[in-house]
Amino acid sequence: MLVEALVLSAILFVIGTAGVLIRRNAIIMFLCIELMLNAVNLSFVALSRYLGIEGQLYVFFVMTVAAAEAAVGLAIIIAIFRHYETVNVDNFNLLKW
Amino acid sequence: MTEPARTTTEALAATAQAGSGFDPVLPGIILLLPLLGFLLNGILALVAGSRSATALRLAALAEPDSEEERVDHQHEVGAPKRATHTLPTWIGPGVMLLAFLLTAANFLRMLGADLHDAVVISYWSWMPTGALSVDAAIQLDQLSMIMMMVITGVGFLIHVFSVGYMKEDPGYPRYFAYLNLFVFFMLVLVTGANFPVMFVGWEGVGLCSYLLIGFWFQDREKADAGKKAFIVNRIGDVGLLMAMFILFSTFGTLNYGEIFAAAPTTLVYGGGVVTAITLFLLLGAAGKSAQIPLYVWLPDAMAGPTPVSALIHAATMVTAGVYLVARASVLFALAPVGAAAVATIGALTALFAATIALKQYDIKKVLAYSTVSQLGFMFMGVGVGAYAAGVFHLMTHAFFKALLFLGAGAVIHSMHHALHATHKDWDAQDMRNMGGLRRPMKWTWIFMWIATLAIAGIWPFAGFFSKDEIIWYVGTSAPFGPLYAVLWGMAVVTALLTAFYMTRMMILTFHGPNRTGEAERKHLHEAPLTMTIPLGVLAILSIFGGWINVPESVRNSFFGGFGLLPMSEWLHDWLLPVTAAADAIRLEQMGAYAYQSPIGGSHVTWGFIATGLALAVVIVASRLFLSRDVKTALEEGEPTSGIGKLLYNKWYVDEFYDRIIVQPVIGISRFSWRVVDRVLIDGTVNAVGAVSRGAGWFGSLFQTGQLNTYAFILALGALALLGVLIL
Repeated sequence: MLVEALVLSAILFVIGTAGVLIRRNAIIMFLCIELMLNAVNLSFVALSRYLGIEGQLYVFFVMTVAAAEAAVGLAIIIAIFRHYETVNVDNFNLLKW
Repeated sequence: MTEPARTTTEALAATAQAGSGFDPVLPGIILLLPLLGFLLNGILALVAGSRSATALRLAALAEPDSEEERVDHQHEVGAPKRATHTLPTWIGPGVMLLAFLLTAANFLRMLGADLHDAVVISYWSWMPTGALSVDAAIQLDQLSMIMMMVITGVGFLIHVFSVGYMKEDPGYPRYFAYLNLFVFFMLVLVTGANFPVMFVGWEGVGLCSYLLIGFWFQDREKADAGKKAFIVNRIGDVGLLMAMFILFSTFGTLNYGEIFAAAPTTLVYGGGVVTAITLFLLLGAAGKSAQIPLYVWLPDAMAGPTPVSALIHAATMVTAGVYLVARASVLFALAPVGAAAVATIGALTALFAATIALKQYDIKKVLAYSTVSQLGFMFMGVGVGAYAAGVFHLMTHAFFKALLFLGAGAVIHSMHHALHATHKDWDAQDMRNMGGLRRPMKWTWIFMWIATLAIAGIWPFAGFFSKDEIIWYVGTSAPFGPLYAVLWGMAVVTALLTAFYMTRMMILTFHGPNRTGEAERKHLHEAPLTMTIPLGVLAILSIFGGWINVPESVRNSFFGGFGLLPMSEWLHDWLLPVTAAADAIRLEQMGAYAYQSPIGGSHVTWGFIATGLALAVVIVASRLFLSRDVKTALEEGEPTSGIGKLLYNKWYVDEFYDRIIVQPVIGISRFSWRVVDRVLIDGTVNAVGAVSRGAGWFGSLFQTGQLNTYAFILALGALALLGVLIL
């Protein structure tokens, strides 16, 4: 049971990573980050069955932080969209030296 | 709060220990009075300074004139009787008068008391560090008392003279501030109870000397003269410091009392340590007292105001070296080589400077070289162990040389006014432009002749007794008999040269026809009373000052009026508590003085020969220069050939030093600047900066602003970390 859960978690994490690296749409990248977080959550839950309850505790923390991050991130994306009329991250390259 | 109480108890204990019945009257106040004068005058100087700066700025805005008129204007700006220019007149000489009266009171008390050990008054613990413990302490004994009397007494007269001489100068309050500060440091120098306190005074007077030589610092030449004096003195100070280091490592203390008490038992007679100490002390003394090879700063120091030359560069500061040798007499008595070096340096300097003085035309330069020469005499005296004779000449020299300088100041003052009245750009100090001044300046003329006869060593003036005593002791001294015979010959020749160049100066300045010019002549005038009265007092001292130290046999001869002189060897006896230890060592090691000159004859015989010869020289020189048709400076120009040119250019010593020392130092400095500093140090620092910049530029290439690039690198990094962890 554990192996399947961890394999699923790994597949989800790789999909999320690939999405962040390949896609240019900020919303999609954002969703992919959520996917990575939840992949990690899945492995936490799966392992907590054998190693103790702390894993599940971490999942709650991760979900809380992810919720906060989603709120802030989406607000930023909306603000950027209002300004540029696009959410393509290739256009957002002003913040450098 | 317990600290002052402790030191007071200590002071009382020290006084009680001396057990002499000498109870000093407010000795600290004597030192603090000039310091107070400095503070008050200094505040006034700051006020006056900012005010005259404003006035000058306004004047410059109103009328952008030529340089010359601006200077004239400056004269006028300073002239009005503001508080900043009237108060220093009272503060400056006032504190000096009070200090002199207090000193005199202490002096009288010491006269009454039978004082054998110095009274040490400790105020606070200055450097309580481990093995070295130095107190801020002053010491009152016969030697420091004599020095204090000379400093405050002659100092007061010169302060009064300065009122007349400097009152039109815009820097009047600043002048008095410096002068008072100088007196304070000089008193610290002579009263310090240990070497570090003395050194504070030693450096302090050097600082004031620098400030006063460069008093008219707008003039580049004068500012440079100040720097020269300061730097040359630093070379001597290294010697003094080295001597202090050796003394501390030998004795573990720097207090006079402990060192001089322990020296005869701790140090080996003629040993390496004491010889090294004395030679280093000699270097220090030679720097401060302008002896070969460090004399070059003193003639240049004449750039300062003339009363400064009188006070600092003739009467007091330059005698600090003589004081130092007399103070450390025990050490010099233990080191015959060191003492002989002192005497030899003194004799060489005396003769050398006297030859230069023969051919100088600037009246102050003649007196400057004369001072160097007379300091050489004092060094000869203390070098052969005649400490009382050295201090005696120090004192009489303070009287007549201060008088000569102040008289020269009065002459220059008068000349300056006359030349200023008609805007003639002649040199007010060149004797060739003077002549015949005895008519307008009768009193100055008389007083200066008195001083001239005194310095020439003509009976019964002060210089006769002090100078002949030194010459006498030099000739009769041991242990290097032939050397001292040579030094004696040099001293005699120098004495005759002194009579010659001083007569030359007097004749050129005061006699013959006046060469200043028709229009200027009627502006020549006698100096005001504030200037002539100090001259008169000093003239009296120059006549009678020598009578306090006459050997018994001389007193009973013609020179003492066959026993009519009131005092016999008073100064010698007075200084005995200070010099007794040194005299005892000397007597034990070398025996008594021979009391016979190298070529025979007792001192009374030689007294007749000396004064007769000097008088003959004076008469011959006056006839020679009176009969000569002297040309003005413009007509004559510089001597162009022969020995005259050599002497006029001071044996080219300055040029020699420039070639041998100054230029190489400049070369090394330039190398340090252009190669070491610019290339090596700056290069290294700049290279570090450049490398950082380059690295930053390279790093900035990775910051593209592209989110995906960052994400990609992040992922790569995470993978790499993962790889490291797994492997």
